[in-house]
Amino acid sequence: MTQLPRKLYKAVLLILLLTVGVGLKRTGTIAYFRDPYVYADLARLMWQHIHMVVYSMFIATVVGVSVGVILTRPRLKACTGLVMYIVSLGQTIPSLAVLALVMSVLGIGSKPAIFALTIYSILPIARNTLAGINAVPPPTIDAARGMGMGTWRILLEVEIPMAMQVILTGFRIALVINIGTAALAYLIGAGGMGDWIFSGINLMKTDKLLAGSIPVTMLALFADFLVDLLGMVLVSKGLRIADR
Amino acid sequence: MSVLQFIIANYKQVLFLTWEHIYMVGLSLIIATALGVPLGIIITKHEELAKRVINGANVIMTVPSIALFGLMLPVLAIIGHGLGKVPAVIALVLYSQLPIIRNTYVAIKNVPPSIRDAGKGMGMNTWELLREVEIPIAVPVIIAGLRTAAVMNIGIAAIAAYVGAGGLGVYIQQGIDRVYPEMIISGAVLVSLFAIIVDGTMALVERIVTPTGLKVQKKLVQ
Repeated sequence: MTQLPRKLYKAVLLILLLTVGVGLKRTGTIAYFRDPYVYADLARLMWQHIHMVVYSMFIATVVGVSVGVILTRPRLKACTGLVMYIVSLGQTIPSLAVLALVMSVLGIGSKPAIFALTIYSILPIARNTLAGINAVPPPTIDAARGMGMGTWRILLEVEIPMAMQVILTGFRIALVINIGTAALAYLIGAGGMGDWIFSGINLMKTDKLLAGSIPVTMLALFADFLVDLLGMVLVSKGLRIADR
Repeated sequence: MSVLQFIIANYKQVLFLTWEHIYMVGLSLIIATALGVPLGIIITKHEELAKRVINGANVIMTVPSIALFGLMLPVLAIIGHGLGKVPAVIALVLYSQLPIIRNTYVAIKNVPPSIRDAGKGMGMNTWELLREVEIPIAVPVIIAGLRTAAVMNIGIAAIAAYVGAGGLGVYIQQGIDRVYPEMIISGAVLVSLFAIIVDGTMALVERIVTPTGLKVQKKLVQ
């Protein structure tokens, strides 16, 4: 029963791969990548792209996790609902709109782009940190307190490790959105792989268009995979066993 | 204030672009629901398939939107629709699949077994059980998935202006090209407002479609 669908699935995958290969050859993307002068350009744009993503993600993670942690402290628990509301409202604002608004205030270049990416990435990280820490079972915290841990040690050794899986999910969402939005940052003069995509669309040059879209897609998929690996390192062993 | 003046001066165009935006998002949501909800229901019956389908939808979600437009352009150019509304709607349908399928799947999986047993005990067959027990209980969560999809789609539809799909993104696109701040800001503000309004409306719908029994239960728990 399950034999046939599996074979069908594999056949479809194979046909898909073949079509993609033929398509790449026909549209001249393979020839485009064979040009040695293109590599320098590709490396430069990729570097700009990764530079933006890494900078903004670093700042966003630091700020997002701290905001999330601060809001779970007992003194500030009262305003959790309000902040969550503002955060979710912020997330409904489209990425292109955020970039455009930031550009009209701060001007063009990579700094405004990094700023826009940062504020846009803080939201999912902060929300998930908050949700993750709030979901730690109170008996666990009581147990830690009973063992004589202080507030700081409870936070660092119990709450954050327990919430790590959820925080990482937020990080992954932020990272994927960030890479996609960084491709739009070309529009406000920050470069990145969006350069080739938008030039390709404007010039109707399929090879350039694909040469831009494929690396960005691969970058996003690869980043997603890296976060998976990171989860294996950061999520504590006990929790992983409990999951199983 | 000049932004407001810009909107008032161009209110006809604003209305037209908003309509285009609504059209794209609405059409894609209808198609996505027609595809995603049945798929989500089917995979609750086939566990092995479920993982694969949700992973596949996850991969689509990971692809950056502008890159997806770029990847679809040469393919759709074969049938003469590389630019315009067709790639926009296809992309929106693809992106909405993850929230819709996942929420449908999770919602139906989370129907308490006792309720399902009660239905069975009343002599319902699988189909009746699905129609009269599982789906009504799952509807609020499915609507929540639609809400996520709708808000996301409004943002992606704004980007679709770059592949000639129209919509409010046109103001952002042309404003950036012409260095016309009023135009950029009005585009960005209108798109954001649209997203926030849709989010609020869907939240309301979510509350309305919750079965009365569940609402009472929630109150009792609180």
